[in-house]
Amino acid sequence: MSKRPQEDDASPGLELEAPENFSRGLQSYLIGLALAVGLTVASFWAVRTNLIYGPGVPVALVAFAIAQMGIHLVFFLHITTGPDNTNNVLALAFGVLIVGLVVFGSLWIMANLNHNMIPMKQLMDMQR
Amino acid sequence: MFGRLTWQAIPWSEPIPLIAAGVVGLFLLAVIGWVFVKGYAPYLWREWITSVDHKRIGVMYCLLALVMLLRGFSDAAMMRSQQALAFHSPGYLPPDHYDQIFSAHGTIMIFFVAMPFVIGLMNFVVPLQLGVRDVAFPTLNSVSFWLTASGALLVNVSLVVGEFARTGWLPYPPLSELQYSPGVGVDYYLWSLQISGAGTLLSGVNLVTTILKMRAPGLSYTRMPVFCWTALASNLLIVAAFPILTAVTAMLLLDRYLGFHFFTNELGGNPMMFVNLIWAWGHPEVYILILPAFGVFSEVIATFSRKPLFGYRSMVAATMAICVLSFMVWLHHFFTMGAGADVNGFFGIMTMIIAVPTGVKVYNWLFTMYGGRVHFSTPMLWSIGFMVTFVIGGMTGVLMAIPPADFVLHNSLFLIAHFHNVIIGGVLFGAFAGYTYWFPKAFGFQLDERWGKCAFWLWFLGFYTAFMPLYVLGLLGMTRRMQHFDRPEWYPWVLIAGAGAVLITLGICAQVIQLAVSIRNRALLADLTGDPWDGRTLEWATASPPPAFNFAVLPNVTGEEPYWGMKERARALAHLLTTEPSYEAISVPRNSPTGVVTAFFAVFLGFAMIWRIYWLAGLGFVGIYAAFVVFAWRDRSEEEISAAEVARLDRANRMMRSSVLAEEAS
Amino acid sequence: MSMVSTFSPVDPNRIGHDNRVASAEAEALGRGAGGPAPKYIVVSYGFWIFLLSDIVMFSAFFAAFQVLAGQSPDMAPRFDLDDVAIETGCLLVSSFLCGVAALSARRRNLMATEFFLLLTGLFGAGFLLLELKEFTGLVVQHMGPADGAYYSGFFALVGCHGLHVTAGLLWLGTMMAQIWAKGFRQDILRRLVCFSLFWHALDIVWVGIFSFVYLMRFAP
Repeated sequence: MSKRPQEDDASPGLELEAPENFSRGLQSYLIGLALAVGLTVASFWAVRTNLIYGPGVPVALVAFAIAQMGIHLVFFLHITTGPDNTNNVLALAFGVLIVGLVVFGSLWIMANLNHNMIPMKQLMDMQR
Repeated sequence: MFGRLTWQAIPWSEPIPLIAAGVVGLFLLAVIGWVFVKGYAPYLWREWITSVDHKRIGVMYCLLALVMLLRGFSDAAMMRSQQALAFHSPGYLPPDHYDQIFSAHGTIMIFFVAMPFVIGLMNFVVPLQLGVRDVAFPTLNSVSFWLTASGALLVNVSLVVGEFARTGWLPYPPLSELQYSPGVGVDYYLWSLQISGAGTLLSGVNLVTTILKMRAPGLSYTRMPVFCWTALASNLLIVAAFPILTAVTAMLLLDRYLGFHFFTNELGGNPMMFVNLIWAWGHPEVYILILPAFGVFSEVIATFSRKPLFGYRSMVAATMAICVLSFMVWLHHFFTMGAGADVNGFFGIMTMIIAVPTGVKVYNWLFTMYGGRVHFSTPMLWSIGFMVTFVIGGMTGVLMAIPPADFVLHNSLFLIAHFHNVIIGGVLFGAFAGYTYWFPKAFGFQLDERWGKCAFWLWFLGFYTAFMPLYVLGLLGMTRRMQHFDRPEWYPWVLIAGAGAVLITLGICAQVIQLAVSIRNRALLADLTGDPWDGRTLEWATASPPPAFNFAVLPNVTGEEPYWGMKERARALAHLLTTEPSYEAISVPRNSPTGVVTAFFAVFLGFAMIWRIYWLAGLGFVGIYAAFVVFAWRDRSEEEISAAEVARLDRANRMMRSSVLAEEAS
Repeated sequence: MSMVSTFSPVDPNRIGHDNRVASAEAEALGRGAGGPAPKYIVVSYGFWIFLLSDIVMFSAFFAAFQVLAGQSPDMAPRFDLDDVAIETGCLLVSSFLCGVAALSARRRNLMATEFFLLLTGLFGAGFLLLELKEFTGLVVQHMGPADGAYYSGFFALVGCHGLHVTAGLLWLGTMMAQIWAKGFRQDILRRLVCFSLFWHALDIVWVGIFSFVYLMRFAP
């Protein structure tokens, strides 16, 4: 039997490892730190380098940012995909959905508004 | 020293607020005096004010809502009477006064009537229906309630000290910016919303965690009553939407206090962004209000049709679909702001789509009633009234979801009629149904049935008389928030609407009388078993009112209608299913003044910031932090109820139920 | 304990998978039918939900910033990316040290926990000092929040994050005092978990900020 009948959920931020496994826990944080530093350096590099096609740099930044957020979630917050983590992952997915709707929805709407409306500065100049 | 606060802040020269403030102030003093003279103060402090029991907090939320309903309705009555008088006449309310009244009306009704009412019902009922002892974070629950009450207090203080916003219930810039609203009105609005919004957000976190992580053994997600599902969806929306309100309110505060340029006309600000973001909160907000009401109706209709709710799976699916879709429709509140056909078209179609799961729910309620033995008690009347009224309101909403139609109807009285149709017909009728349905559980005696029916009919007829003319007026071209008008074709309809307001006033009077009569006759109306309506869900397994610990032993749930199944088997056997359990001591959370103390300092913080008394605001902030540290430092967070006490309370209920079972069998 | 029911299956409306009827999944605490979850799970899940709400608030500020920045691109300052890099490093190291402190707490090692918490705080304070320096520099150059919409959006978003870090440091100080005074009691450990969640989440938000506010400014 790999699981006890009343399997505890994993709380976010805690692994199920026993407290004696200090080195295992430390390993997780060290790997996370290394990967995060690497991705950070990559992001800063992406902006300064000539090696990436110009219009592709924002895409690279987005990719590195999402990757680093993922590193934080997995190695620091211990969010995994096991059944004990389902609630945590679902909550995260809901949060990501809302963030996406708010940010992209607002950007889409405001861009359309700005496109269709006289710019505020010009409008105010007309008032004077 | 006192910022912008001077003696001129009190409206010495305006008789109406002055007299209103005087009357309310005297009444409050009388009540407080009576409490102290009769010696109720220690009891109130110990059992209610510092209580962290979800049942007590739920009752206090509902009480706050009912009291604020009186204030919000007074504003409405003043608006209706002003319009009825203001044909070719200035009426009795000068424009800047009228503007404050309609702003206060909307703000109070949404934030301090509808929200507390549904949150109060959810607070009271959800832990009982889940078969657990309390919510996940009881002291946080108390903090949430008291912060909401603080917001309500600040709005009411604005009547006496200073002024309220004149911008409408959503303070669109640039009108709400410092340049065009230099007074303290908008600040009152913003700070009271920030404070109560924090409370609501924490309450959302609390209930989501409770529903997802704390249920009785055997109560899987698919056995949860539909009220708990709608509570889950509503609280998920609170968690997702209220942070947006916090952010937008903060942005406007930054504009007003520190000269930021989020929404100003100059230096790159964008007033349209306020409208976009506030409605990104505002639309989920109305679903936060209506989903628990849908849950109430699901419970009431099933109970009073003596049938299980029809279509459990589709109900759950519809609820969660509404939860997600409600975040994809918000632009329909500003079709006319100029986003263009493709954006308008997308949001128009999404708005029409969201009507579908609601329709699924309505059909499920109808099919629940079909074939059942329907009892037309007061809660059931409210439910049937809801179904008719809400469907009409929903249809007018779908009508306005078509952008070209909305271009004609936006901000006309047609819109006002629509949202009052769905909010009164949906949220308020649901709140009243829930209030009547769960009143015996909370207080141990039922509400008077005759006065309840009387109140329902007065409200129902009053609502239609007051708001159906508004649809006509909207189509005739009358816009909202008019302080006076000259068109003769509008006049008769305005008068009819005024008559409707009178009927609603009578309905409210009937409800007040109902309460008084019920309290007077409480011995006759007593609920002895804890199950006055022959209910189907777990809250009816407890005594009325339930003991502090709710259940002596957490119920072990089998079967999809947990309590009904147990009851039917017990009836078949003519005695209780289980022998007396071995009673153990139960730990309950200790009462805590953290909530009321935090709120006390929050009121100071809010008032001080409004009047720019920064040293006082600093003190308020320090006080809040200190209250938090004192709470965090306590060593004992629970107290024990002895096994003997648990046994005594539970035995009383078991005996009562045994005798009823024996009676029924004979 | 819940018995496998003969009266009706755990999933009477057949919403879940058929083969889960009597499985461990169905009997799980909290998320299944096993009864309420233990307190430490309830507390950290609740805090996780609160954190998600906080991130939605940040996203609203972020949306506002992006809109205002897009409208007034000429206002964008030439950020000093070296400072940003050091700030990022401070937060990242701080996050890592917080993790080590959490590990020490699980081993109930008082001195190690307090030491790593102190370091966490120091790096966090370093971040704040750099940020303050950056803000005052901008204000002095007439790029303060009252000077234009871009700056309003920037100061609100980045300032909100900074305020959260400040509140976090205040919380950290209180936690350090509590652990010192009362030791590793269960409720204090639960709060420490909440604090680590908060601190790591702030770093996640910072990843978004330095990528999309600072670095994106320099994208060709």
